[in-house]
Amino acid sequence: MTARTSSSASPRDYSLTGRDAKLAVENGLAAAEWYHTEIPRKQMKELMQRSDQPAIRDTIIWLGALILSGAGGAWFWGSWWCVPFFFVYGTLYGSSTDSRWHECGHGTAFRTQWMNDAVYQLACFMIMRNPVTWRWSHTRHHTDTIIVGRDPEIAVMRPPDLLRVVLNFFGILDAWHAMTDMLRNAAGVISAAEKTFIPEQEQPKAIRVARIWLAIYIATIAPALYLHSWLPLLLIGLPRLYGAWHHVMTGLLQHGGLAENVIDHRLNSRTVYMNPISRFIYWNMNYHVEHHMFPMVPYHALPKLHEMIKHDLPAPTPSILAGYREMIPAFLRQLRNEDYFLKRALPPTAKPYREELHNDNPVAAAAE
Amino acid sequence: MSDWVEACAAGDIDEEDVMRFDHAGRTFAIYRSPDDEYFATDGLCTHEKVHLADGLVMDDIIECPKHNGRFNYKTGDARGAPVCVNLRTYPVKVDAGKVLVQVG
Repeated sequence: MTARTSSSASPRDYSLTGRDAKLAVENGLAAAEWYHTEIPRKQMKELMQRSDQPAIRDTIIWLGALILSGAGGAWFWGSWWCVPFFFVYGTLYGSSTDSRWHECGHGTAFRTQWMNDAVYQLACFMIMRNPVTWRWSHTRHHTDTIIVGRDPEIAVMRPPDLLRVVLNFFGILDAWHAMTDMLRNAAGVISAAEKTFIPEQEQPKAIRVARIWLAIYIATIAPALYLHSWLPLLLIGLPRLYGAWHHVMTGLLQHGGLAENVIDHRLNSRTVYMNPISRFIYWNMNYHVEHHMFPMVPYHALPKLHEMIKHDLPAPTPSILAGYREMIPAFLRQLRNEDYFLKRALPPTAKPYREELHNDNPVAAAAE
Repeated sequence: MSDWVEACAAGDIDEEDVMRFDHAGRTFAIYRSPDDEYFATDGLCTHEKVHLADGLVMDDIIECPKHNGRFNYKTGDARGAPVCVNLRTYPVKVDAGKVLVQVG
């Protein structure tokens, strides 16, 4: 891994309607043709094959653990014994829903589409992401991954707002924005940014969902007020805050500290080896370069895909801790120089990066 | 009415699979269903310009490889977000082991 800086004349404009949005289109970075490793059609078809079985098994475990931990938390409510139960419940509610939302939104988790749709709607509610808005924002994220002014899902913009990053480990800003967006949508208002990626005919659906969710939250808050108890909110809503830590911890690793405005996922995405529990919570999205390169491969086939193409990818980051050891110094460096980023080295077996497309002049190559 | 154009040999496409066919500056997708019937549509997804021939055929559905948009390749119907515009379909016949497409 080497550290690079790119030459940009003025601070970045991450707005989807601003200067860099126009520049990305003019520079051919919007809806560009991205690099992907060559895989024979026969093998690709095998990788893409859908199956209900793995996701049904995982969903039974997930919902079963959710119900048991929630029931345990409620049963022991009032004593410290409720804490470990709510820790598990919160992590399943506020973190594992990030990957369930994501995979079912792609339609790859289950073969049967209604199962994808059902888990998608449930997970979207729990992670507080409007299922219409986020389906379209994520579509854009895959078209224009980490393209400034185009990608609505850039988690850490430059220079990094580290306070925001820390607060989001507790879901604070995300939940605040989710609630204000829900209230705005429920009032029938679609923002200018949302209009750039949600087709007009889909916008009423976003409003309808927001109104349904608002009714559910009112139905949760009312008994909490009536009973003078936090318990209803600890079961619905607040887990998005106290259980967010795991999805933020893993989510930041996806693209944090890596290149912007490139059209090769090997440069802007990170694959990280993780423990089995995190991989269950995260549904194998630790294979993130692979996922972006081939989004039609289901989560359960990503380890096989990784083995097949790793000769063409940067070496995977060996652990979550190792990921943070490279990412945090990069964030701190970006506070002083927002053009700084980590450039991932390729193995000799890989096809080289197309440097002419990436405009990243190597300056002060401070090797990691 | 336009002429029929030879796209490929019938055996070139596996059952429940798709193949790209370029002709006269246009690109098409040729499908072989699980029931051993052949179909043809425009080759690019109506959402973004991605070749459907790199996607996945499941029963009568073609799934785009980029954003997983789904179409019924027999009728061209878009089956939900992120695809909203139907695919154009073309008549297909098999004659003497050749797949012919009416591309007009």
